Amino acid sequence: MNWMANLLFLQRPTILPVAAIDWHASLFVVFALVACGAAVMVVVTDNVVRMALHLVLSLGATAGLFFLAGAEFVGSMQLMIYVGGTLVLLVFGVMLTAQTKLVALQTPPGDRVIAGILAAALLAVLVQSAVSIETWRRPGRAETQPPTATPLGMALVGVRVDSPVSAAESQRRSGYLLPFEIVSVHLLVVLVGAAYLARAKRRRTPRPIDVVASADPPPPLPSGRLEDRETASVLIGSGR
Amino acid sequence: MAEFLINTVGLPTWLAWSATAGVAAFLILNVIAGGALVFIWAERKIAARIQDRLGPTRTGGRFGWLQSLADGIKLLAKEDLMPDGADSLLFRLAPYVSFCASFCAFIAMPFAFDVVGQRLNVGVFFVIAVLGLEVFGVILAGYASASKWSLFGAMREAAQVVSYEVPLGMCVVVPVMLAGSMDLVTIGEKQAGWLTNWYLFHDPFTFVIFWVYFTCAVASVNRAPFDLAEAESELVAGFHTEYSGLRWSFFFMAEYGSMFLVSGLAAVLFLGGWNGPIPIAELAGWSDGSAVTAPYAVRLLGCANLLGKATVGVLLMMWIRWTLPRLRIDQVMTTCLKYCTPIAAVMFAGVMLWQLFLPGGLVPGSRRGAIAVREGWLEQAVEKPEEPAAVPADAGTSVSQQLVGVAE
Repeated sequence: MNWMANLLFLQRPTILPVAAIDWHASLFVVFALVACGAAVMVVVTDNVVRMALHLVLSLGATAGLFFLAGAEFVGSMQLMIYVGGTLVLLVFGVMLTAQTKLVALQTPPGDRVIAGILAAALLAVLVQSAVSIETWRRPGRAETQPPTATPLGMALVGVRVDSPVSAAESQRRSGYLLPFEIVSVHLLVVLVGAAYLARAKRRRTPRPIDVVASADPPPPLPSGRLEDRETASVLIGSGR
Repeated sequence: MAEFLINTVGLPTWLAWSATAGVAAFLILNVIAGGALVFIWAERKIAARIQDRLGPTRTGGRFGWLQSLADGIKLLAKEDLMPDGADSLLFRLAPYVSFCASFCAFIAMPFAFDVVGQRLNVGVFFVIAVLGLEVFGVILAGYASASKWSLFGAMREAAQVVSYEVPLGMCVVVPVMLAGSMDLVTIGEKQAGWLTNWYLFHDPFTFVIFWVYFTCAVASVNRAPFDLAEAESELVAGFHTEYSGLRWSFFFMAEYGSMFLVSGLAAVLFLGGWNGPIPIAELAGWSDGSAVTAPYAVRLLGCANLLGKATVGVLLMMWIRWTLPRLRIDQVMTTCLKYCTPIAAVMFAGVMLWQLFLPGGLVPGSRRGAIAVREGWLEQAVEKPEEPAAVPADAGTSVSQQLVGVAE
């Protein structure tokens, strides 16, 4: 599907012979270049916020590639989860805990070498597996109906639209609902656990007799509460 | 239109496609920019009337309707300032990021049947996802300004928008469930007919959830009473403290664009979209396509309907803004987590139960093809595995009619 050309088309898109320029290929190249270039910039930049910007660019261009392939659901997911997730990561992971060493990252040379080796290994594996798939090596592209979200949702509850099955077999199929639920409950548990670990620790204030006995100045406020208070002051601003 | 350019005018294909895309982009841009001009004027007048003032009276005649244009010229002529410590690249980039996110969300937004930039089968999801990116521009602006007020404002906005996406998503799921599709065109078309076919009046639960949606929508576009990010009394002007001139106006175009977008989305999801309260086109017999001009007339009417509804939504937001005081950040979070989210969840369950036990509505037969459509989908999907379940609708016949026909 010629996504960008149909982008703002006022009629229901119809397939037309595109003779002069292969829009699909050229747009693929544009999006791919943006994705790769921004990914390289993420590694090269040493400012955390600029890194996040480049990461968003790279992930957004990947979403564009998904749209180009007709996978609108995956593309929207990419935008929602990865691009939106980077945002949350940036705000709550980096900015609130930002130390001076994090604002301008300096990578030691040893780390660079290790990271380079790892990245090269990963690239080799990915390229090898991509090339090894027979159908991907054919020139041209298959004319397939772009999948809509409806078959996806139906497959989730066990009704397969894409592969015809007999009635008896479809009775036995349970779909992906159970795995989906297991994963989501698992994520919920992780979330609750993280909230438990990160919660403000409540410690009782030391009894006066302990303070007198130790003859030390009273201990400062527990660090967890201080941090919490700083976070709150950032969010609330002045007036508190 | 591209076909017309290729076949009749004789343009080369690539030029025709580009021209088509350009025209449509131009139209959407004008919806945002022209809308912003009108809405800024309206906001001033409404604010003034609510506060017992007159508002702009001089520029452009008695009602001051040229005031926004004069403002625009002033903004163009203003000096473009940048603070010393600012991160120049991000500072310059931030307004465009905000504006682009607001603009891109309009791609999947239908203005009438088939008058849509790109009909996506996950339209609702796309719009919500892209609209969420607008906050990224705000964060960049807050960080790059090298000002603590900006950063505070941006942080607040991020916290608020991220938390309000949860109840907003739950509210949006309800019309998706009723229509059985995430395609905005399909959702709008399912509500064709009289006023009672709107999802707002589908059952009591949807009526409540519409107001939850509207509250969350106001919060997600950072309008008062949720405009913590630009609280003047505490934060100077929040994330755009350091901005002036054209860059500042880009933020405001983005804000008014998003306001219009969430109101339009509310119209499509709950208020029948481009179907008026009275099906004029259907009664007049335009929708059977007998006359040549009929499809255009129907679409024009649909556009007018949708724009009207969205405008009413925006005006409602202004009314709220100038009536209610600003909430504190803890009140904002309480509203989101303790009220909106549970209400949305309960209403979601309620709509589900209603669909199970009272699928035909309180008066049997008053609603056309509610359950038949859903059963039809399932049967069709099981029986004919080659064809996709969602049948694309032709102009003139509604989707539900087609699907009911298939089911029979």
